[in-house]
Amino acid sequence: MNERGILSTGMTLAVIAGICTALVAATYRLTEERIAANEKAALEQSLQPALAGLFYDSDVSESQLVLQPPHALPGSDAAIIYRVFAEDQPVAALFAVTARDGFSGPIRILLGVDASGSVTGVRILQHSETPGLGDKIESSRSDWVYQFDGRSMGNPQLVGWSLKGDGGEFDQLTGASITPRAIIKAIRETLIYYDANRDHIFAAAATEAEQ
Amino acid sequence: MTTGGFLERLQTGLWKDNPGLVQLLGLCPLLAVTTTLVNGFGLGIATLLVLTLSNALVSATRRWIRPEIRIPIYVLIIASLVTCIELIFKAWFPALDRSLGIFIPLIVTNCAIVARAEVFASRNPIGASIGDGIGMGAGFAMLLMVIGAFRELVGQASILSRLDMITGGEPFNGFSFADSGLLLVILPPGAFFSLGLAVALKKYIDFKRRSSGSASKSRRLRQAER
Repeated sequence: MNERGILSTGMTLAVIAGICTALVAATYRLTEERIAANEKAALEQSLQPALAGLFYDSDVSESQLVLQPPHALPGSDAAIIYRVFAEDQPVAALFAVTARDGFSGPIRILLGVDASGSVTGVRILQHSETPGLGDKIESSRSDWVYQFDGRSMGNPQLVGWSLKGDGGEFDQLTGASITPRAIIKAIRETLIYYDANRDHIFAAAATEAEQ
Repeated sequence: MTTGGFLERLQTGLWKDNPGLVQLLGLCPLLAVTTTLVNGFGLGIATLLVLTLSNALVSATRRWIRPEIRIPIYVLIIASLVTCIELIFKAWFPALDRSLGIFIPLIVTNCAIVARAEVFASRNPIGASIGDGIGMGAGFAMLLMVIGAFRELVGQASILSRLDMITGGEPFNGFSFADSGLLLVILPPGAFFSLGLAVALKKYIDFKRRSSGSASKSRRLRQAER
């Protein structure tokens, strides 16, 4: 290929790259708003179980506090706290934290705690536990996670925050002991953190969403 | 390769040269997402759109593209189209997008698409290339849906679960026939078994057709002899 050929070939490539970029940019502009709205709705829906029965008027997805490791909450990845307010008064805090010591890998947990320190709901966001045994922690497979609703640090006392077989107050799962133990430990640590840092959690400025 | 009419292109893509069944292209997404009929449909439609549009664009620009730079240009065109389709899915079918996950962006690497650009669209007029894209895309989509439906029926004993990902509205868990199905079919090996069955079924049908065709021919010959 001679020099002219190289130049014109390069130009063709540049023009087509330009057209393709314009196409993607136009589609992005067209869909940007809808995608942001969808992502917000999906997030709010995933938080809904821990919000049920609460009265609040703040925008939950805009009040997130992202704690990068190392932090005092369970898990070695980022912990997210969503603060919920009604007329600027704290109503609840939702924690997305990770129980490190599941039977087959980390378990991501959503835990809601209201202003008085009672659990509003626990849900499993992500796990890879054994199907048929450890996966009974999912709310769709058994009602095991509902036993934490309304409990708090003090109901029971710290020593009671473990499985019945370990001398605590909470039911176990047949065929799985490591999985529920990991979850209870994560809940216990989160409640302790909440009691110690309550004022700070609600006063801190929201973390800007990454874009 | 003959270009043929639109109907012939459609027939070639859907049956004779089906990208999944005969050319065995694009197997990674085919095996990974076909756990339900709705998933298969979603990825099938996305692939169909990308394939048709990329064939049209490659064919329309084929006069200006020198052979030395054709591969980067195909990659550019296909990657841009896939990005656009992904954004559109995120905007209008967010649940489907979450369910298909990485396999929407991975359409870029579906070799069935670059193969059609290279083998057909770069050598044929735009009308025939669009016909080829629709035929091949529909053939791929049909296979995804058949395997998805089979794995859902046998593996989960239900059909059309999560139809709401396409139609919107309340979560819909499909029509269920039993409490549980044959778990193996849902697991990754089940995808290989299902594809193997589909390929075997196609060969069997082709074989039956051919042998019944030659049987009637020899019968006619015998009658002529008498």
